[in-house]
Amino acid sequence: MSDIVEKTLTALPGLFLQNQPAGGPAAAKASFSSRLGGLIRGITALTSKHEEEKLIQQELSNLKATVSAPTTTLKMMKECMVRLIYCEMLGYDASFGYIHAIKLAQQGNLLEKRVGYLAVSLFLHENHELLLLLVNTVVKDLQSTNLVEVCMALTIVSQIFPREMIPAVLPLIEDKLQHSKEIIRRKAVLALYKFHLIAPNQVQHIHIKFRKALCDRDVGVMAASLHIYVRMIKENSSGYKDLTGSFVTILKQVVGGKLPVDFNYHSVPAPWLQIQLLRILGLLGKDDQRTSELMYDVLDESLRRAELNHNVTYAILFECVHTIYSIYPKSELLEKAAKCIGKFVLSPKINLKYLGLKALTYVIQQDPALALQHQMTIIECLDHPDPIIKRETLELLYRISNAQNIRVIVQKMLEYLHQSKEEYIIVNLVGKIAELAEKYAPDNAWFIQTMNAVFSVGGDVMHPDIPNNFLRLLAEGFDDETEDQQLRLYAVQSYLTLLDMENVFYPQRFLQVMSWVLGEYSYLLDKQTPEEVINKLYKLLINDSVSSETKTWLIAAVTKLTPQAHSSNIVERVIQEFTISLDTCMRQHAFELKHLHENVELMKSLLPVDKSCEDMVVDASLSFLDGFVAEGLSQGVAPYKPHHQRQEEKLSQEKVLRFTYLALSFSSSGFTGRQSPAGISLGSDISGNSAETGLKETNSLKLEGIKKLWGKEGYLPKKESKTGEETEALPIPQESIMENVDQAKTKKDQCQVLTQSKEEKEKQLLASSLFVGLGSESTINLLGKADNVSHKFRRKSKIKETKSGETAHSHSMTCSSVSSLSNVSYDEDYYLNTLQDRGDKELKKFSLSLELLDSEPLTELPLVEKLSNCNLSAPSLFADNDMEIFHPPQSTAVSVAKEMSLASSFLEETTECIHSNLMEVCNNETISVFSYKIWKDDCLLMVWSITNKSGLELKSANLEIFPAENFKITEQLGCCLPVMEAEGTKTFQYSVQMEKPFTEENLSGFINYQMMDTHSVQMEFSINLSLLDFIRPLKISTEDFGKLWLSFANDVKQNVKMSESQATLPSALKTLQQKLRLHVVEIIGNEGLLACQLLPSIPCLLHCRVHADLLALWFRSSCSTLPDYLLHQCQKVVEGS
Amino acid sequence: MIQAILVFNNHGKPRLVRFYQRFPEEIQQQIVRETFHLVLKRDDNICNFLEGGSLIGGSDYKLIYRHYATLYFVFCVDSSESELGILDLIQVFVETLDKCFENVCELDLIFHMDKVHYILQEVVMGGMVLETNMNEIVAQMEAQNRLEKSEGGLSAAPARAVSAVKNINLPEIPRNINIGDLNIKVPNLSQFV
Repeated sequence: MSDIVEKTLTALPGLFLQNQPAGGPAAAKASFSSRLGGLIRGITALTSKHEEEKLIQQELSNLKATVSAPTTTLKMMKECMVRLIYCEMLGYDASFGYIHAIKLAQQGNLLEKRVGYLAVSLFLHENHELLLLLVNTVVKDLQSTNLVEVCMALTIVSQIFPREMIPAVLPLIEDKLQHSKEIIRRKAVLALYKFHLIAPNQVQHIHIKFRKALCDRDVGVMAASLHIYVRMIKENSSGYKDLTGSFVTILKQVVGGKLPVDFNYHSVPAPWLQIQLLRILGLLGKDDQRTSELMYDVLDESLRRAELNHNVTYAILFECVHTIYSIYPKSELLEKAAKCIGKFVLSPKINLKYLGLKALTYVIQQDPALALQHQMTIIECLDHPDPIIKRETLELLYRISNAQNIRVIVQKMLEYLHQSKEEYIIVNLVGKIAELAEKYAPDNAWFIQTMNAVFSVGGDVMHPDIPNNFLRLLAEGFDDETEDQQLRLYAVQSYLTLLDMENVFYPQRFLQVMSWVLGEYSYLLDKQTPEEVINKLYKLLINDSVSSETKTWLIAAVTKLTPQAHSSNIVERVIQEFTISLDTCMRQHAFELKHLHENVELMKSLLPVDKSCEDMVVDASLSFLDGFVAEGLSQGVAPYKPHHQRQEEKLSQEKVLRFTYLALSFSSSGFTGRQSPAGISLGSDISGNSAETGLKETNSLKLEGIKKLWGKEGYLPKKESKTGEETEALPIPQESIMENVDQAKTKKDQCQVLTQSKEEKEKQLLASSLFVGLGSESTINLLGKADNVSHKFRRKSKIKETKSGETAHSHSMTCSSVSSLSNVSYDEDYYLNTLQDRGDKELKKFSLSLELLDSEPLTELPLVEKLSNCNLSAPSLFADNDMEIFHPPQSTAVSVAKEMSLASSFLEETTECIHSNLMEVCNNETISVFSYKIWKDDCLLMVWSITNKSGLELKSANLEIFPAENFKITEQLGCCLPVMEAEGTKTFQYSVQMEKPFTEENLSGFINYQMMDTHSVQMEFSINLSLLDFIRPLKISTEDFGKLWLSFANDVKQNVKMSESQATLPSALKTLQQKLRLHVVEIIGNEGLLACQLLPSIPCLLHCRVHADLLALWFRSSCSTLPDYLLHQCQKVVEGS
Repeated sequence: MIQAILVFNNHGKPRLVRFYQRFPEEIQQQIVRETFHLVLKRDDNICNFLEGGSLIGGSDYKLIYRHYATLYFVFCVDSSESELGILDLIQVFVETLDKCFENVCELDLIFHMDKVHYILQEVVMGGMVLETNMNEIVAQMEAQNRLEKSEGGLSAAPARAVSAVKNINLPEIPRNINIGDLNIKVPNLSQFV
């Protein structure tokens, strides 16, 4: 007690002191506020920006001193804050005051606190570190009994609040939802909405409370909760369908005037509330007939009630129309809405006209006739002085464009394009024009000229896809070859004309497009010689305003033209000038040109005419160097090792030892030693490239792309890059753009006849040209709908047609029969591919395998017939080929029957396992031996089946497999059969397990039999096994994948170009899964994880990522050889070789 | 959602700048300038909507503005707001200002910048429309002012007492130290003298 008295007493003098000089703070206040006034007056009196800056800097330094002085009272601080806010608003840095703003919010009384909070919300942002200091203050104020303090705290929370501190205030704000005061509840709802925006998962649990807020007895709180619902319904409309009834009821009450008069705005009941509700209904009713039916009545009511002629009623009407067109359509309402749109479009008020156009743009997809109805208004809007209206009109036209009105629409768009300066408008418009031009171009000249305009105006801001697409279009051509040539020729001619003009500057991308086209297609010219073209390109090359990137395009074009040129003066000049260029890139190109120029034959083969679309076959494995490598190796040169391996060896001492051992074994065995098991097991250790494929049984060295680490890339990629990366864009001179504009105009003029004011007539003509084709539904081509109009420039289908009609015929047969099979493990593509790959010989085997596979649906007689047809037709188709193998002495019917019995015997087993197709390994007039592989989960099962074709009995038929070093072969069934009756079949099964890794190995054996006690016949056969036969999917989870990935040391990376038919990640992965039996672990965005194992248990992981048409492969495994091998296989599969 | 509310005069001098989306300071200034130039180009008899400048996000955002005498009121909104609705909201805001300041003019906005912000806070909170009822806003403002006045008398006293205590304690500390210093220094000095 005495303590308290004492404290009070000691405080008293201070209180008196404060109160006594009453003039003190008041005077201070006066002086401070007048200082703000003085500052402002001072600023307004100043004329130059410089003086203002000086004054404010001075003011700021004063403020800095005052603010940090300990004697400054909170009241003075308040004034300082206002001045700081003012300075910040003018764009001057007042960061020294931030901490004081927070202090003020902490310590001040209500008035000061309010300024403090305001300053904080204006100065800081959500991630500002100082904001953490505010959290305690906010928590304290939220708990305050003073309404104003609570309000301020809620306001600051909804303006800026650090995300990570939400849990500190969340329960407090939730409590406020039950507060007795309406304003507090309302602000609490909005604060929670803010939390929902910045950290949705933190407020998930209070969704029920939002529902409560929606049913709040106070309209304001309910209106605030609508903000949240608009948002949440937009994200997930299906979760809130049950609320449709409530929203409809609320809207009904609002429209019916059930709200207090307070909520009226210009005697319209709560217009903003209505707008929100209509929005919500539109979102809820989208594509949902049931929900939509609930709202038809109230929408009708809204339309009817909104008749007052105030601005805000139009806002409601607009929203209403929008909703009616969003939800499941009802013709009655649509009719009324269309009328409403008419009101907007025809309104003299420009704001309403704008919204009318916007509505038309929106509904045009559903109701094109509406545009027809308002065509005259639209025409007027096209020439409206307000650019915003024009933009909206063009947007509308863009959506009604079709093959008939394209000229006029594009012309209008170009006109607008020339006037606009805003970059984003140009980018947007240029994209649209290019899209339309490509889609509906009526003729070549128009197309090229429009694109010229696009390139010259769009310049370097346009999307890089535009020039890319354009060039691809030119290069790939369309269905008609002569048409293509004309288009190209026209492009070449038009570019030459453009380049002839003096003092015109084209954007770099346009120049790049020109140089590519001239380089590729100048050969089409008959008047100008290549020299003339080169001369023009040369002029550009020496022009300073041309960027160095463009110059490389130009020199590439010169290079392409050089083989066609007869005299080489100009080329030599180019070489001379640029081999000493300071730009290394240019110099490089010039030297390439120089060397190629010296060898014209090579140059011609390297730069063929009009072959830009054909893929150049690159011998990435550098097989032409193989002899050289072999020679080197035989002389004991250390074999090449890939980079990753060298690194690995550096790390591990053991490996080095192993390597020396290998090198020794190598030098002893020489070149042929590559086929030794040791050499195989460490294929990549030894001669990286050649060892693996060198093992193929083929005599010739065939080394398809194993490693592209070094080699011809010097000049080969150049060719590739030309087709690959034409990414640029461009412009044309005004004159040529306007050419077709003029044409259109003169045409119009001709048509003009008497009567009516000229202007009127013109507009009508324009209208008729614009809205042509809009009348009947069938010809309308609306965006977003399927295009059924035939386009001039339709891209060629990417799938390459099979070249020979005959094979195509048999393919299709194969296809049809194969697809009818239920247990085919490979899809028909595979068959098709393999069929194409292999020679004609294979056809027979295929037909056999087909019979085999088809034998399940035996009951289907037509199928069998078809098959026999196939067999019959095959010899005739390939009569002149080496078809002597294919001459079954028996009738086809017999052989079919035979195969069927054979098939039935193994199909039982193979149904659950993946198996290969049947291959004939050897035969003679008496027997045929077929073989197929079954890829079982734990081993490879080889099955040989011997078919006795003769009518005689065979005795003691026996099959034996030679032991192989790399395999462990286990016999599955007894394979010796004493007697084999006539036309019988016998199968032998062997399970094969790999003992040592290899790439390709032959498994050979023989069969012998005795015939009618006479003599014994022996036949040898062999079958090729590849490592691939021992690859099995490794089914692991993504987590395990991650762990394994980190634990493996051997990795190999390579980028592989995907073939066009499978240029997406899923399809590429599917191919890998099917052909290589890799297991797809997961696909994440543009990355995919795959895993497989080499039997018995060597895992290998693959990570792939797609960049455009490149697939970046990254293998890791515990075995060093496996990744290399798999990479090779993947490459083969993905590149679709 | 409302992204920003800008008020500037016919010469482009900002009078009220309020962003509801985070932009760095310099960008904010550039946006004000860009918006001013966009709006200035337009006649009074063309429509009140235009596409946002490139800084604020191009055609995804709309600028909705009204021009009153010497001032432009510009609201920058995303596609989720109704254009005409916002246009009337500006009207509500200006009418409220008029009621609070009694015939509002540019000078009121300059000298009572904080007050304008408080009014705005009642209309738009964190980018969302909070209240569109003019009377309600005015009542809210008045309530705040009244509460402050009545609380000012009551709450100011204890606050003053606290600061008085602080003020008493503060000067004492340096005084003690000074005395100590003097005591030490004096003998030293005398020795030299």
